[in-house]
Amino acid sequence: MSVSKEEYSNMAKRFSPSSPILLDCLKAFLTGGLICCFAELLTSLFSKTQMTLEEVKALVLVVIIALTAILTGFGVFDNIAKHAGAGTAVPITGFANSIVSPAMEFHSEGFILGTAANMFKLAGPVIVFGCGSAVVYGLIIYIFGWY
Amino acid sequence: MATRTGRTVFLEKKPRIIANAAAVGKKEGEGPLGKEFDLVFEDDTLGLPSWEKAESELLKTAVKKALANAATEKSEVDAVFCGDLLDQCIGSSFGLREFQIPACGLYGACSTMALSLCMASLAIETGGFDCCVAATCSHFCSAEKQFRYPLEYGGQRTPTAQWTVTGAGAAVLKNTHASASPYIDCVHIGTICDLGITDSNNMGAAMAPAAKKTIADFLRDTGTVPSDYDMILTGDLGKVGSDLLKELMLKEEGIDLSSVHNDCGLLIYDREAQDVHAGGSGCGCSASVLCSYILNRFRNGFFKKVLFVATGALMSPVSSLQGESIPGIAHAVLIRSN
Repeated sequence: MSVSKEEYSNMAKRFSPSSPILLDCLKAFLTGGLICCFAELLTSLFSKTQMTLEEVKALVLVVIIALTAILTGFGVFDNIAKHAGAGTAVPITGFANSIVSPAMEFHSEGFILGTAANMFKLAGPVIVFGCGSAVVYGLIIYIFGWY
Repeated sequence: MATRTGRTVFLEKKPRIIANAAAVGKKEGEGPLGKEFDLVFEDDTLGLPSWEKAESELLKTAVKKALANAATEKSEVDAVFCGDLLDQCIGSSFGLREFQIPACGLYGACSTMALSLCMASLAIETGGFDCCVAATCSHFCSAEKQFRYPLEYGGQRTPTAQWTVTGAGAAVLKNTHASASPYIDCVHIGTICDLGITDSNNMGAAMAPAAKKTIADFLRDTGTVPSDYDMILTGDLGKVGSDLLKELMLKEEGIDLSSVHNDCGLLIYDREAQDVHAGGSGCGCSASVLCSYILNRFRNGFFKKVLFVATGALMSPVSSLQGESIPGIAHAVLIRSN
């Protein structure tokens, strides 16, 4: 008796353990929250200087991006992200890591056609859809005169 | 002359595996079979500037070591049958280029060790070749780079994902009756099977139907049952694929494999402690396990008859993105000793 594709698909599902979603969500919540708290801490610290709130916000992002890049470079970030999941992928840490990691990986193919050509390989779709949705959002604001 | 029953070719010359060698990376060296390997590299780059170069070096090292173990000069080798996972098989061809041995490149994905043993055996069977090398390699980092994400990318692996082995294995086959070494009794070229699995993080499930077909056909062709073997060893089905193979075999053929089945992907790592999820995979998985642990046990008399069935998932990053399902293949060789 031979198994059909449908039967096999059900068998494969039965034998394939699924990800521990609740635990993953909890870990993502905690690490994501921790990153946000850290950003708030930085914001409070930087606000004590002469900088405006806009400047402080930009500096906080720069610090987090730089820290992510350094952690990625030292091979630490992926070990944290393995547990954190969306907790590190959703904040700007995920975006920074998605640019630094291919830049490092394709270094062996040269600086221009390796690093430079590949560094947006993973972040590219985020930029495309980010810009695309910004245009749509802008149009809605403009059409309804909400600006 | 060799004869054929069904899909299985019974060899007349029965080439002997006069020597073997396996070279692996750090993680594999730390696994349960760590002490079995000829060479363990502590640095996965092998001191080279790219992962691809490191993979080629692994293969080169394994072939050199196997030839040294066989006390055979490279000029005595009539042909080498070799392949790997990288685009255009650069892992093996770049690793072999300085040897000046006639080379035949193969692609069988993770089934390459069995495929290369089949081809080397059949070449010797023709009478045109006396001594052949069968070898293959894979490297975790070069495979991740080609098939998945950059190494330092912070992603999560699913529980069904497998860990590509950094390793290479090489076996020297010779047409000789003098040696007490294990010999290849039969070869069986596998048939491509596809039961519609599309998840490239569940390759065990994609390959299990092919392994089932090859093993069932082989048992039928040879008129044997699982208990006739010391071990039926699959290549890299991992936990999920191994469970599915046993279930398929029981459901479709009414044959229980559980007492003799093992899988190189389950042998090479401690799945829990080494965090490899469903087990090991890659050409180097079955190659390094066969060319160390298994063949060494033939040499010390522990094994007499092992059916080695290396499994391969014949997909590419392009086919996965295009939503194609994953065809599987499994080639088999029957290894015996006197």
